[in-house]
Amino acid sequence: MRVYYGTPSSPVRAVDRVSLDIGAGEVLGLVGESGCGKSTLGRGILGLLPEGASSDGEVLYGGRNLVGLPQKAIRRLRGPDLGLVFQEPMTRLNPLMRIEDHFRETLEQHEPGLDDREVKARSLETLGRMGIPPTRFRQYPHEFSGGMRQRIMIALALVLRPKLLIADEPTTSLDVIVEGQILAILADLKENFDTALLLITHNFGIVAESCDRVAVMYAGQIVEEGPVREAFVDPAHPYTRELLRSTISLDTQELHSIPGAPPNLIDPPPACRFNPRCPSAMQVCISKAPIEQPLDNGRRVLCWLHGPEQEIPEGGSRKLEGREVGVADEA
Amino acid sequence: MAAQGTSLRKYLLTRLGLVIPMVLILLTIVFLLMRVAPGDPISASLGGHAPQSVINQIKHQLGFDKPLYTQYWDYLSGIARGDFGTTITDHRKLTDIIKVNGAATLELTFFAMLIAVAVGVFVGLVAGRFRDTPLDVGGRLFGIVVYATPVFFLGLMGQLVFGVWLNWLPTSDRASPITQATFQTHTDIFTLDAIIGGQWSALGDIVKHLILPATTLGLATAGIFIRLIRVNVIRTLKDDYIEAARARGITERSVVYHHAFKNALVPVITIVGLNMALLLGGAVLTETTFNWPGIGHALVTYLENRDYTAVQGIIVVFALVVVAVSVLIDFLNAYIDPRIRY
Amino acid sequence: MAARAHPFDRASRARLLPAAGRALKPIREARGFARAMLWTGAGITLFFILMALLAPVISPYKFNQYQEHGHRFAQLAKPSSKHLMGTTVQSTDVMARVIWGAQTELKVVVIALVMALAVGVPLGLLSGYFGGPLDRVLVLIMDALFAFPYLLIAIVIAFLLSNSIGKGVLTAAIAITAAYVPLYFRVVRNHVISVREEPYVDAARALGARPRTVIRKYVFFNVVQNVPPIATLNAADAILLLAALGFLGYGIQPSDGAEWGYDINRAVSDASSGIWWTGLFPGLAIVLLVTGLTLLGEGLNETINPVLRRRRFGRIDFGPPTPTDAENL
Repeated sequence: MRVYYGTPSSPVRAVDRVSLDIGAGEVLGLVGESGCGKSTLGRGILGLLPEGASSDGEVLYGGRNLVGLPQKAIRRLRGPDLGLVFQEPMTRLNPLMRIEDHFRETLEQHEPGLDDREVKARSLETLGRMGIPPTRFRQYPHEFSGGMRQRIMIALALVLRPKLLIADEPTTSLDVIVEGQILAILADLKENFDTALLLITHNFGIVAESCDRVAVMYAGQIVEEGPVREAFVDPAHPYTRELLRSTISLDTQELHSIPGAPPNLIDPPPACRFNPRCPSAMQVCISKAPIEQPLDNGRRVLCWLHGPEQEIPEGGSRKLEGREVGVADEA
Repeated sequence: MAAQGTSLRKYLLTRLGLVIPMVLILLTIVFLLMRVAPGDPISASLGGHAPQSVINQIKHQLGFDKPLYTQYWDYLSGIARGDFGTTITDHRKLTDIIKVNGAATLELTFFAMLIAVAVGVFVGLVAGRFRDTPLDVGGRLFGIVVYATPVFFLGLMGQLVFGVWLNWLPTSDRASPITQATFQTHTDIFTLDAIIGGQWSALGDIVKHLILPATTLGLATAGIFIRLIRVNVIRTLKDDYIEAARARGITERSVVYHHAFKNALVPVITIVGLNMALLLGGAVLTETTFNWPGIGHALVTYLENRDYTAVQGIIVVFALVVVAVSVLIDFLNAYIDPRIRY
Repeated sequence: MAARAHPFDRASRARLLPAAGRALKPIREARGFARAMLWTGAGITLFFILMALLAPVISPYKFNQYQEHGHRFAQLAKPSSKHLMGTTVQSTDVMARVIWGAQTELKVVVIALVMALAVGVPLGLLSGYFGGPLDRVLVLIMDALFAFPYLLIAIVIAFLLSNSIGKGVLTAAIAITAAYVPLYFRVVRNHVISVREEPYVDAARALGARPRTVIRKYVFFNVVQNVPPIATLNAADAILLLAALGFLGYGIQPSDGAEWGYDINRAVSDASSGIWWTGLFPGLAIVLLVTGLTLLGEGLNETINPVLRRRRFGRIDFGPPTPTDAENL
C-alpha cells in the first residue's frame, strides 16, 4: 500500500509500498521513529486520511480491497469490523456528551435493533472489562483522567466486537503505570474478544511485552518483520539492531544513539533509505534499492546484508568507509 | 443531580458578586461625565435664555448646588432605591419613562433578536458545513452586505418598498390610531397583552407594525451571527472527537448534526450576549427611523432638548441592562456547558 | 530620559524589509475566496479613497451648491442627465454630495482611528506589560466600557462636546475615538500578555534586557503585526458609526461637508412621497464602502491567520507500483 500527502511541491511519500499480513487474534507490533509513516499507515487502512492525502494499492479485508472503496462502504466497516484507538485520549470524546451517550450513539449506528436495556448492558459490560465502574456511566469526559479516557476509548472501539483493532500509540501520552494497565487490557484482547491488534508504537519495550510479531518501519518502508522473540534476540536489519542497542536498562553504562535523523520523505535517499545512517552500509546500498528477502521462521527483511547474492554487482559488498553520516538528509 | 444544583448556584452567586464593581464603575463614569462635562446643563435645557434666578431655583430644586460628593451619594442611593430622577424638560419620572418606553423597546428587540438568531444561525450553519462552496460564499457575502447596510438605510428602503410602493405594511408607530384608542394594555408589551386578552384583531394590527422594524433590526444584527457560527462550525469539524466519531463509523450526517452543530452552537448564547450591545445601539436608530416609542427614541428626543437628567437616567438604565444581560449569559452558559461550573 | 535608540535605526530597518516580505508571503499564496475577498475589498476601498481625494476634480458640483449661473436647481428632481442621481429638497445635487461625502467619511474616520490607536495601543502595551494596580484599574474601566454599545458612548460624548466645542469634524472624531479606545486597549493588552509569557521574551529578560528594549524589540512588532486586519475592520465599523451619528444629527455640520448619514436622515421625510433617490444613493455608498473595507479586513485576516488558512495541496501521481530501477542510480 502507498499513502502520499500532497504538498505544493512533490508529494510526501509517507507510506511507500508497505506490505503486511495480520491474522485473527494476532498481535502485530509496528515500531518506528516519529515521522516514519506508521500512524499514516494505520489511518490509511481505515480510510481516515486528512485532506490532500491519497492512497493506492491493496488493503485486503475479508476478500475486499479497502483502498478505493466508496465512503459509505468503508464507514459501515468502521466500528464493527475495523476499530481505531487514537494516541491522545484527552480530546477524543465530545465534551458535551456523557459517556452513556457516546456508547448509545455507536451502538445505535451499527446495531439499530438493540433496545435501551441491551445497549446499556453491553456498554457496561465492555466498560467493566476496562475497569470503569457502572456508577460513572453517566458522567462527562472531563471528569475522567487521561488513562481512564483511553480505557473508555478502547471500550468504545471494542463494544462492537471488531475483527481488527488498530491502536495508534495508545499509551504514549500516559504515565508508565497507566501504560501497564492499558497494555494488559490490550494483551487480553485475543482471549476475551478474539480481535486482531495492530499496535503502533515507537517503544520497543511495549512490543516485546505485548506482541506476537513485530514489523519495523523506517522512512515509509517495512525494513524487518517477524516473530517478536527472534527480532529481539537476533535482529536482522541494522536499524532494528541499532534501535535495540539504544534502549536503556539498568545495565546501561553509556548512551547509544543512531547518528543523523530520519530522512525527508519528499525526496528520500536513493537506494536503501537507511544508508546514510547505517554502520554496516556497503557499496551496493547506495546504488541499488534493496529487495525483500524472506528468512526462516516466517521472517523477512529489506537489507542487502541478507542478499539476494545474485543481485549484488561486482564489488558491491565492499563496506563503505569514512563517510559523514546522515546530516545532509534530515527531514 | 443535587451536586449539579449547588455548584450552579455557587457559580451564580460568585458571578453576581463580580458584577458590583462593574456596575459601580459604569454608574460613576456616567455621573462624572454628566457633572463634570463642559457647559451648564440647566441653562442649556431651558433653552439658554432663562433668567439667572430661574436657573438658580431649578438648580436648587434638583440639588445641583450641593457639593459633588453629596450629589454622588444621592445619585447612587437614588438608583439603589429605584429612583432614577425626574426629567428637567417635561417633569416626568424616569421610572415611568422606563416602564412605558422600555416595554416598547423590549418588544422590538426581542423579536429582532429572534429574527437575527434564526437567520444568522441558519446561514452560518449552512456556510460552515459547506465550506468553500457557492453556498458558503453566498452566505458570507450576504452576511457582510447585511452588516454593511446601516439599519436606518435598510429601514428607509423597507419603508419605501413595503410601505409606500406596495402599501403592504405600515411604516411607523406600534399600532394604528384606532387600535391604540381601543387597546387594553397591562404590561405595555403589546403582543403579550393582545394574546393574553384575546384581542385578536388588535394583535394583527400590532404584528403588522412590528414586522418592518423588527425585521430591519434583526437582519442588521444577523451578520455577526453568520460570521461567528460559521467559524465555529469549521473549527468544531476539525476537533479530535469528530475524527474519533468518524473512526467509529458514525455517518457524516450524524457527525455533522449531533456533534458538530450542537457543539458549534454552544457559544450562541454568548454571541447573543455580545450582540446585545449592537442590538441596543441599533434599536436607537430603528426607533428613530420608524418612530417607535421606545427608550432609544426617548433618548434621542431628550438629547435634542438637552435634558441632562433624562439623558443620564436613560444611560444608567442602558448600563444596568448591559450588565444584567452579561450575567444572564454567563449563567446560561454554565447551565449548558458542564465544564464551566466544576 | 536617557537617550534611546529610535526603533527604526538602520540595523532594525535592514531586518524589516525581509520581515515584511515574509509577512506578505501568505497574501501571495492566498487561494480561493480569501484571495478574491482581499483583492475585491482592496479595489473597492481604493475606489473610494480616490473618490475622496479627487472630489474637487470629479464632482460635477459642490456639495452644498444649489444653483448655477444664478439659476437654482430643481428641487427633488428625479435623476436625469444634468443630475445623475437627482436633487434634494434643498436643490443640492445628490451625486455631488455622495462624492464629497466620501471625503468627509474617510477624513473623520482616519482621524478617529489614529487617535484611538494613539491612545489605546500605548495604554494596552504599558498595562499589559507592567501589570500591577494601574493595569487592574484600567482593565476594570475598559471592560465596563467595552460591553457598552459603541453608538451610545459616541452619542453621549458627542452630546457633551457639542455643548462646548460645538458639532463638527473634531467632535465626531473624538466621539468615535472614545467608542473604540477600549477595544484597542483590550486587544493590545491581551496580545502583550500572551507574548510576554513566551519563552523568548522570558529569555531576554533573564539576560538582563531592560523593559524598554524588550517591549520595543519583541512585543511591539509582534503586536503591530496584528493591527492591519483589526484596523481595517474597525474602519468599516467606524464608517457605520459616523453615519449613525450623522443620522441622529451629531455628525458633521451641513456647512462643513456632506455626510451620508445626515443625508439619509433628510431622505426619510422624502420617502412618504415616494422619493427614493435622496436616500438610496448615499445609502448604497455606505454599503459599498463598508463592504469593501470588510472584505479587505476579512481577506487579510484569513490569509494571515494560520488557523483559518487553507493550504494548497499538490497533485499526487503514484506512478508504477513495482519496485524499481527508477530508484537505482
